[in-house]
Amino acid sequence: METNIAAWKKGVKTGIPVAFGYFAVSFSFGILCKKAGLNPFEAVLMSATNLTSAGQFAGLSMITAMATLIEIVLAQLIINSRYFLMSFSLSQKIPTDTPIYHRLLLSYGITDEIFGVSIAQPGKLNPYFMYGVMTAAVPGWTLGTLFGVASGNIFPERITSALSIALYGMLLAVIIPPAKKNKAIAGMIVVSMLFSSLFAIIPVLKNISSAVKIIVLTVVIAGCAAFFFPLKEDEA
Amino acid sequence: MNQTICYILIMALVTYFIRVLPLTLVRKEIKNIYIRSFLHYVPYVTLAVMIFPGILDSTSSPWSALVGFIVAIIAAYSGRSVVTVALLTCGAVFITEWFLY
Repeated sequence: METNIAAWKKGVKTGIPVAFGYFAVSFSFGILCKKAGLNPFEAVLMSATNLTSAGQFAGLSMITAMATLIEIVLAQLIINSRYFLMSFSLSQKIPTDTPIYHRLLLSYGITDEIFGVSIAQPGKLNPYFMYGVMTAAVPGWTLGTLFGVASGNIFPERITSALSIALYGMLLAVIIPPAKKNKAIAGMIVVSMLFSSLFAIIPVLKNISSAVKIIVLTVVIAGCAAFFFPLKEDEA
Repeated sequence: MNQTICYILIMALVTYFIRVLPLTLVRKEIKNIYIRSFLHYVPYVTLAVMIFPGILDSTSSPWSALVGFIVAIIAAYSGRSVVTVALLTCGAVFITEWFLY
């Protein structure tokens, strides 16, 4: 494994585009916070401590709607449940002797994008790589919120629109290359996108929240794939 | 402490709780090949489900997003780095929207 500093630097470099994408998304979040009557401190505190897009957007609307505490807790548990699977997957990607303090710190940074680029690293994951990504991405997310809540809309929509899709581009850059080498993974990706689309179109399925959809489809599709295409010893 | 801040911190705790449990509790290498395979496949399925069709709502027009989606796939397939793919995707959307509006 490369030195920790080299891993950290590599992480920062990978984290910079994540930071730009985060800035754009959390900028819109900041604007919504302002509309909802949150002050800049509250908005930034939420982004810095929660570090999750869907959960924060839902949380904000629930706070505004005066939801009860138990409703908010349940909503967060469901919306963010995918992080449980990501964390589980990450537990097998880091060296088994990784000390507990690294595990406690890394957990804070499990977002879709940070997890995605980290899991895409070849071999075992050096925690410092993920810290590097977090070093860039966390300020991007927090500052975006600050700018949004403080300024209102100062960026033309065309800019935020182009930056928002950057996050999706990154996630594709994470899942496509392995699919090139492994037909089972390629098939899985196509099937996942297909079912995800069906859930978005079919009337009854449409009412299912996207958080539940993500968990159900992940467990079913990855479960079937594991059964039909178990890893060979050298891959695992 | 006002109620909003209290709610924000509780949301943060719940979210952290979900993230921290597996990573701190599962500290050994899992031997079962079925579970290993499942965990190996989780990122691809989860991210694929999140990407499509969600990507189509990420920009001001589904058409520019579709162009971005296709450009991202081609760039990623031809082995570009994460950074390059992100930039090309942004660029494709920016240019498409320039023509659309």
